[in-house]
Amino acid sequence: MSDIETRPSAPQIPYREMEASHEIEHIAHGAEQELLTLNLGPHHPATHGVLRLLTTLEGEIVRDIKPIIGYVHTGIEKTAEDKAYWKVIPVIERMDYLAYYFNAMAFCGAVETLLELEVPKRAQYLRVLHMELNRIMSHMVWLGTSALDLGAISMFWYCFRDRETVLDLFEMSSGQRMHTRYIQVGGVMEDIPPGFDAKVREFCAEMPGRVDQFLDLLAKNEIVLQRLRGVAAVDEKTLLDLGVTGPLLRSCGNPWDLRKAEPYSSYEDFDFKIPVGTTGDNYDRFIVRLMEVKESVKIILQCLDGLPEGDYISDNRKYVLPPRHELATSMEALIHHFKLVTEGFRVPPGEVYYPIEGPRGEYGVFLRSDGSSKPARVHMRDPSFVNLQATRPMVQDLYIADLIATLAMLDPILGGIDR
Amino acid sequence: MPDATGLELIAQELRDAHGADAVVDTTYFRDKATLTIAPPLVRETLAHLKDRGFRFLASVHGVDYYPEEPRFGVHYELLDMTEVDRITVKLRVPLDAPNVLSVTPQWPTADHQEREVYDMFGVIFDEHPDLRRILMPEDYEGHPQRRDFPIGGEPVLFTHNEPRYPRYTQ
Repeated sequence: MSDIETRPSAPQIPYREMEASHEIEHIAHGAEQELLTLNLGPHHPATHGVLRLLTTLEGEIVRDIKPIIGYVHTGIEKTAEDKAYWKVIPVIERMDYLAYYFNAMAFCGAVETLLELEVPKRAQYLRVLHMELNRIMSHMVWLGTSALDLGAISMFWYCFRDRETVLDLFEMSSGQRMHTRYIQVGGVMEDIPPGFDAKVREFCAEMPGRVDQFLDLLAKNEIVLQRLRGVAAVDEKTLLDLGVTGPLLRSCGNPWDLRKAEPYSSYEDFDFKIPVGTTGDNYDRFIVRLMEVKESVKIILQCLDGLPEGDYISDNRKYVLPPRHELATSMEALIHHFKLVTEGFRVPPGEVYYPIEGPRGEYGVFLRSDGSSKPARVHMRDPSFVNLQATRPMVQDLYIADLIATLAMLDPILGGIDR
Repeated sequence: MPDATGLELIAQELRDAHGADAVVDTTYFRDKATLTIAPPLVRETLAHLKDRGFRFLASVHGVDYYPEEPRFGVHYELLDMTEVDRITVKLRVPLDAPNVLSVTPQWPTADHQEREVYDMFGVIFDEHPDLRRILMPEDYEGHPQRRDFPIGGEPVLFTHNEPRYPRYTQ
């Protein structure tokens, strides 16, 4: 630990007395009304994780809100500094636990940029295929849990049925359902197995119909309309100032999507649309995400149709493990294998920031290498962490029931927020 | 991305406006432009880049360059959504005066991220509206992302080191 005393300018308030330090004098309220400070969470099903919201209420109306986070902080960024580059992938996948392919992609992309390592076209397509499946899976979890918050309990089961189908596909291609470690530096872990193509096509044939079913169930539902339409609309400028990206930003009409704007991993090869909303209220956020699922299905089908022949991982033996069968016959392969497994590969010194578009917005990995085989700094710019700041402008002066609905439409993943 | 020439032009504009020391260094690495600036000029630099179209602050993150001095780095990732352009602004502050002017009043998105840098590295953002720990508990001591912060862990008890950890099992 550093022996120099820091001089924090923040007041040193005991952790459990934060309510007392919460300033409420500035909040305008009626003279006859009393303000009530209420803790929501950290353990509350409607907070979608271990999120604590310090709300100041006037009657049933939210006058102020302050998110308090850090309950599932596990120091993944610190852990990553003590691991060889390829061993960082499993821990970094556990940040945003519904977007593990995206976490791994952002990290591997940053490492590949530093190494100037070219990824074979087939590997890029396989990455896109799995990332889009992951996007659908993440949106299904979001829809199921959000609908549950609004009282639609059966939606939860319908959405989790489709999520399970995607997880089965992940299990088929990588052996794992979650945190698959499928994306590697230089490509992907394995080629897709026989039969995977047909299974994915089966899923893609079914999914757009499912989205239509969900829309039939929810989109014109009286309760959903009353809870979502015209609620918590925030204008584009406020969102941009707050750094909000992803479906939240697109729902107010800004078509910013890194897949189109700065294509990575061959996204320029695919024909798809960016769904945008108009008013930026909760209803738009809901529709934009569901439409994204349909676009993802289109990308997946194009991936399968245009899947190029070739290697699924780079053949640069300095960074990629040699195939198993070579170890028995080639001395070189054995040496490379030994070096990679024991020390890992070294990465030239430098700093990069590699952003990609995930289900919640911009996932950006900042990576600093000092030339050794372990990263000197790994930082994940997690969209949930930044987007969470938008709760206050969204829910101010709304009913507390709308706060729950808005939080559901915000789709925060606490694993990503706390890292 | 502003190319290497574009980066030098931006650097020259900043030097003309705020003196020759405004820009410490420019690097163009892996097709990405980076400006290293003098720490007191962070607000002016970001405002200048905002006028040039970089209106979106994508990320603020800290780096510990231990054992180099000045030790701490704060990076600002700026994005121009119209031209699809990115630029990184870096600054370095020493351990004995880790003070940076907060940009939260101008860029509300920096609020949580500056708090995280403060929490993890102990960089103090002056004029930040609510600078307190965000991920670690409020009564936590130390800044865990510093490179010289011990990884920790519990001692593992073996017969050979039992005398070193007396009453370890109680």
